Amino acid sequence: MIRFESVTKRYPDGTVAVDSLSLVADSGEITVFVGPSGCGKTTSLRMINRMIEPTSGSIFIDDQDVTKVSRTELRRGIGYVIQHAGLFPHRTVVDNVATVPLLLGHDKKKARTRALELLELVGLPASMAKRYPAQLSGGQQQRVGVARALAANPPVMLMDEPFSAVDPVVRAQLQQEFLRLQQELHKTIVFVTHDIDEAIKLGDRVAVLQVGGHLAQLATPAELLAHPADAFVAGFVGRDRGYRALGFADAGQMPLLAEPTAQLGWDLAKARDVAVDGWVLVTDAEQMPLGWLRLEGLSDSALSGQVTEASLNLGGTLAVQGGTLRALLDAALSSPSGRGVVVDDDGHFLGTVTASEVLERIQQRTPVARGDAG
Amino acid sequence: MTGVLLLPQPLANGADSSPWHFWGYFQDHRHEDLHWLWEHTYLSLLPVAIGLAISLPLGWLARRYRWVYPPMISITGLLYTIPSIALFIIVPPLFGLKSLDPLQVPIALTVYSVALLVRVVADGLASVPDDVLQAATAMGYGSFRRLVNVELPIAVPVIAAGLRVATVSNVSLVAVAGTIGMDNLGRLFDQGIQLSTPTAYYPPIVLGIVLCVLLATVFDVTIVLLNRAATPWRRAVAAR
Amino acid sequence: MISQVFTWLNDPAHWRDSPVFTGIPTQLLNHLRYSLVAMAIAVAIALPLGLVIGHTGRGTWAVAGINAVRAIPGVGLLVLLAVVISPHFHGRTDLGYLLPTEIVLVVIAIPPVLANTYAGVQNVDPEVRDAASGMGMTGAQVLRRVELPCSLPLIFSGIRSATLQVIATATIASYLPLLGGLGRFIYDGFHQQDYPQMISGGVLVALLAVIVDLLLAGVQRYAVSPGISGRYSRRTFRSTGPATAAVVQAEVSPA
Repeated sequence: MIRFESVTKRYPDGTVAVDSLSLVADSGEITVFVGPSGCGKTTSLRMINRMIEPTSGSIFIDDQDVTKVSRTELRRGIGYVIQHAGLFPHRTVVDNVATVPLLLGHDKKKARTRALELLELVGLPASMAKRYPAQLSGGQQQRVGVARALAANPPVMLMDEPFSAVDPVVRAQLQQEFLRLQQELHKTIVFVTHDIDEAIKLGDRVAVLQVGGHLAQLATPAELLAHPADAFVAGFVGRDRGYRALGFADAGQMPLLAEPTAQLGWDLAKARDVAVDGWVLVTDAEQMPLGWLRLEGLSDSALSGQVTEASLNLGGTLAVQGGTLRALLDAALSSPSGRGVVVDDDGHFLGTVTASEVLERIQQRTPVARGDAG
Repeated sequence: MTGVLLLPQPLANGADSSPWHFWGYFQDHRHEDLHWLWEHTYLSLLPVAIGLAISLPLGWLARRYRWVYPPMISITGLLYTIPSIALFIIVPPLFGLKSLDPLQVPIALTVYSVALLVRVVADGLASVPDDVLQAATAMGYGSFRRLVNVELPIAVPVIAAGLRVATVSNVSLVAVAGTIGMDNLGRLFDQGIQLSTPTAYYPPIVLGIVLCVLLATVFDVTIVLLNRAATPWRRAVAAR
Repeated sequence: MISQVFTWLNDPAHWRDSPVFTGIPTQLLNHLRYSLVAMAIAVAIALPLGLVIGHTGRGTWAVAGINAVRAIPGVGLLVLLAVVISPHFHGRTDLGYLLPTEIVLVVIAIPPVLANTYAGVQNVDPEVRDAASGMGMTGAQVLRRVELPCSLPLIFSGIRSATLQVIATATIASYLPLLGGLGRFIYDGFHQQDYPQMISGGVLVALLAVIVDLLLAGVQRYAVSPGISGRYSRRTFRSTGPATAAVVQAEVSPA
């Protein structure tokens, strides 16, 4: 657990980067520092591993004052991931990852083996090991950066905008995998970002900081969306709050409409027989949804063919049963037939749900369930 | 110290051999020394001017046709590796001149300057950001006009840095030629050593060093000022 | 003339030492000796200095100041020091000219090595430096394990440049009487108007310089990590742009 006690950072020219910051980042959780430029989030992060020294106040890791340990010793026990990874260009990937264990004096062979394991853990093929950072893409470099931070198995990790320098598709992938990793590893993580959506997506708790280094609010993402502490936080969190808050609302088990399905290769005429309101869902042999087929308004002659993949409408997202209200609503709204597709955890088709059914469920939620979840 | 030896020129007012006498020495030998100073200036600058004129198209070629760059760098690198005095001496037989023809100095120094500047021009042109090039082409600039109006102005700082190195080092190299009898400030050192028997005679030596350093400094500062004048946008940015 | 030069070079008498003539191999060794001693001293001074100044960022005035030394003509300095020092060495005639020569060679070799080492360390990506200290490396470890290996290309460039200047100036040092080295052929040839000898000296010096530079290039290839030089299977050709300006500043041509 990381504890800030009235930490202040003031520079000689008078600028106050961090103003009397006090908060606790719980063990085993991801605490996100988020805010606009100049809010002191990176400065605060860097005071934890003493890359910057506070002007006043103290920081404690598991109740030990960080200033009581030598800086290098402190840092060897903290994983540090920065924006462009900062990989050593003159070393291979595997040597990069093995850096801290070797610094700590571990056996060379063991360090290398562990490095290879970690590469696998972050989703990189073993063939990457002997390559140099310049040969890797941005996303790959970032994964190596994370692996390197994990190498000595530190209980604490500090991450400074680690996913900001990659394109959105890669970023989403990295975020997913990061969450998966954390499920396994349960590290105490302080994560800095300027992107409120990333903060809400990744954080167990989010600290919103204001320019000048003030803590505006420290709360769970759901709380932040439902009850922003002041106008600044409300503005920073942004619009569509109600909709985004649905992402944290558990839908529970929804009653689903049983829906007949068609398969590839069926005659179109047969498909039309089972279609409801002119649309039929096409699945494969294992009942995995492939797309919607529109049959309304087709003349008899056009119905002589078969169900092909090219004729499918691929619009419409899939919602997992037992997932969030937001996913359910989106599935219903985006479906071309007006019926949202619901699948089980393995992706098999279970049934459909309409938008009005989801809305009804949303409005049924008690005030407690709606906004005051802790 | 009576020391009137068999000297190239008579000592005017006694034998004031201290280093600080260099100004007096200059005044006594003004005509000859100014002649050497002029020769030295001319020999330092002309090769760079010609070298630049040759290097601009060559450097452009190296950018335009990627495959030209490596062999060009190898050849120019090779030439640049050869010590200047060796280059001076090797030029006459290769060019059919007599062995101590003064022409060898500007020829060799031009080769040297080209060897240095081709790479500088190529890299200067390479420092122009790609999107600027694309934008210029899309706006309708032809290849040559783009070179003159867009690429070269942006490449000026890098090329100016190369010119500074070329001219300052030429000052030293020309002095080296003085040791094999060429007419320039290097002759002052020659005189100094000859006059330094039996005791040290400093004035021509110090004069030579002072004039060379002055000359190099003037060249350096001039190019810096020209560079600044040619790149007003950089000053504007710096002032922000 | 060219054929005369070949004749001169092929004459076996010129490859042997005799009472009146020092052969090519001996002069070559002399030349190498003078150069190596100067380079060793210069690198021992300039390399650590450049590393420390680059790492701490303090003392950059020293780099700028030492760079100004380049404006001084090597010949002039050589003659000046010779005139000052040699009278003190009557009897030990070689040392009288050797000492000023070595001093000048060291003075000439330091600026390129210092400037390039400093530039090399400065050019290390600040993010890499940040990551290194963030991981718990001490300052010295960051310097030794990260900044130094990443600066090697520029450091080698500086050493090569310095070596060439030293070899060139050692040639000119033979302008001073009695000093050995390949320049002896040049100046003896000049004074005796024996042009084949003079030009042969030039050819030998040129060959020496080129071969030494190739050797150093080979060492550089071996010593610099492929991750930095870009020599791995995926060939991406990049001609460096503005970074070259820093190197160009450092590479003053030989005297």
